[in-house]
Amino acid sequence: MTSTATVPAAATEPLTGRGQRPGRRIWSYWRFYLALSPFYILFAVFGLYPMLSTIVLAFQRWDGLSARRFTGLGNFEFLVHDPTFWTALENTIVLFFMSTVPTLVIALLLAVMLQSAVRFTNVYRIAYFIPNVTSLVAMAIFFSSIFSTNFGLVNAALRSLGIPQQDWLGQPWGIKIAISTMIVWQWVGYNTLIYLAGLQAIPKEQYEAAKVDGAGPVRTLFSITLPQLRPVILFTVVISTIGGLQTFTEPQVMVGNSGGTGQSGMTVVLLFYRTAFLDNDYGYAAAIALSIFLLVLLFTAINWRIFRGRSDDR
Amino acid sequence: MTRYRWRGIALHAVLVLALLVFMFPFVWTIIMASNTTADIYRFPPKFTFGGHFGDNVRQVLDNVAFFQSMANTATVAISTTLLVLFFDSLAAFTFAKFRFPGRNALFVILLATMLLPAQLSAVPQFQTMALLGWVGSLKALIIPGAANAFGIFWMRQYFQNSIHDELVEAATLDGCGFFGTYWHVALPSARPALAFLGIFTFVGSWNDYMWPLIVLTNPNHLTLQVALSTLNRSHGVDYSMVMTGALMAMVPLVIIFGIFARQFIKGATEGAVRG
Repeated sequence: MTSTATVPAAATEPLTGRGQRPGRRIWSYWRFYLALSPFYILFAVFGLYPMLSTIVLAFQRWDGLSARRFTGLGNFEFLVHDPTFWTALENTIVLFFMSTVPTLVIALLLAVMLQSAVRFTNVYRIAYFIPNVTSLVAMAIFFSSIFSTNFGLVNAALRSLGIPQQDWLGQPWGIKIAISTMIVWQWVGYNTLIYLAGLQAIPKEQYEAAKVDGAGPVRTLFSITLPQLRPVILFTVVISTIGGLQTFTEPQVMVGNSGGTGQSGMTVVLLFYRTAFLDNDYGYAAAIALSIFLLVLLFTAINWRIFRGRSDDR
Repeated sequence: MTRYRWRGIALHAVLVLALLVFMFPFVWTIIMASNTTADIYRFPPKFTFGGHFGDNVRQVLDNVAFFQSMANTATVAISTTLLVLFFDSLAAFTFAKFRFPGRNALFVILLATMLLPAQLSAVPQFQTMALLGWVGSLKALIIPGAANAFGIFWMRQYFQNSIHDELVEAATLDGCGFFGTYWHVALPSARPALAFLGIFTFVGSWNDYMWPLIVLTNPNHLTLQVALSTLNRSHGVDYSMVMTGALMAMVPLVIIFGIFARQFIKGATEGAVRG
């Protein structure tokens, strides 16, 4: 923002062909508005309008065919008493923690190690990043194959160790482990490289000073590396939160639209998809969509609060 | 000296182990795709490449309209990428280098739109598509995503840091109009940023799943991801064949990523640290 404010007015004046006249009319800027218009037009048609309709729809009953019926808070009352919604909410949050915590911890450790590696760093970077650009559908199929009950690779490994086979995708915890394993695999590399970029931005003098003071590696990690990395950690937590709360493809491909045994793979977005496009219960789906939006806002605000609170301490 | 050497070896041992874990699914996918399902699903499973890749490919082609889906996916990904590059960079250049009434308000709106989850608009958007007659058509995938807030935000930052105001001024005095300055001065200087935004958009579009699943209703006219999921649903027990399909759907993207990997990784990590 600040750097744009320094653009000399003269740089913009001749472009409009209206000279230096002081009281310029708004339409003399038409070229700028034209340049910006594609995004705002698309947003109005495919973003704002549908969003407002969703809000209206959340107070109606509609199956897509018959006339819409206004039901007041009916959909929200149903939502609060819908056990499937609460199951989905719980699953979403449990999956979020089961995948985000290991992802960020492993990523941080790998980043610290990658920073002290001198050779092959580009090979590591590219290899670590590839999972993040790989098709979710293809990888969900892959992970459901290795967690498959009778002959999957995971069970083959257990069997060779003499441990009884597990019905991974047929029991609640198995489903959650399979899904979060996939999310961890897909996101560790991305976060590693984000942390690595953050680590490389920390001034070297701080480490040298710590060394002179006789601080060991653990001490250095907790008193220099982690505090310096905090904004970057916040960024990765926010990104993981927004992504994690919207988990859909992994469970949809791995255990299907039903959410699997005990609906333990049912996430809020999967419930939304099923309600809207399989059950054609559009009003209720709109209420679920609004709750997802509120959930994202709430969690982002919590992350922000934790971050702000800590930086006040310093 | 030797102590450092051992530390270096231990360090690389862990890093290589992680690399193997990240690469393992690709290797195992190729092993599955080159064997029969019976070879893989026995104990102990077969860990070597087999000679059944051709058979598996033939079966995939028999079961889904693979090339049609690939062509659809490529059409959507390429069109979306080109439109995004053009619209986003034009808007970003305008935000970065010019002043006009309402600029700050428009920019705040732009940032706010990034917080909105896609589900919030999915239902009415489907109705809109029905109204426009775009249900089942690739237009439904290309047009709504033809410009996006993230790209404008990203490119604006780049233009602010990389193009001097004097350059814009000079181009203006030389008689380049606003669009001329954008085309002849801004665009050529933004190649690295365009490369990142392009590959980012392309990958996202190629892998997009939920919206195509909703809006593509004709089973013979799908994108790769939806076709793959259909194949999995109908022939899920034949893992070798399904994984062959997965492999065929991934290869083009892996090649493209391989070409642009460095620029892409640089772009993807830079923003986080700066922000």
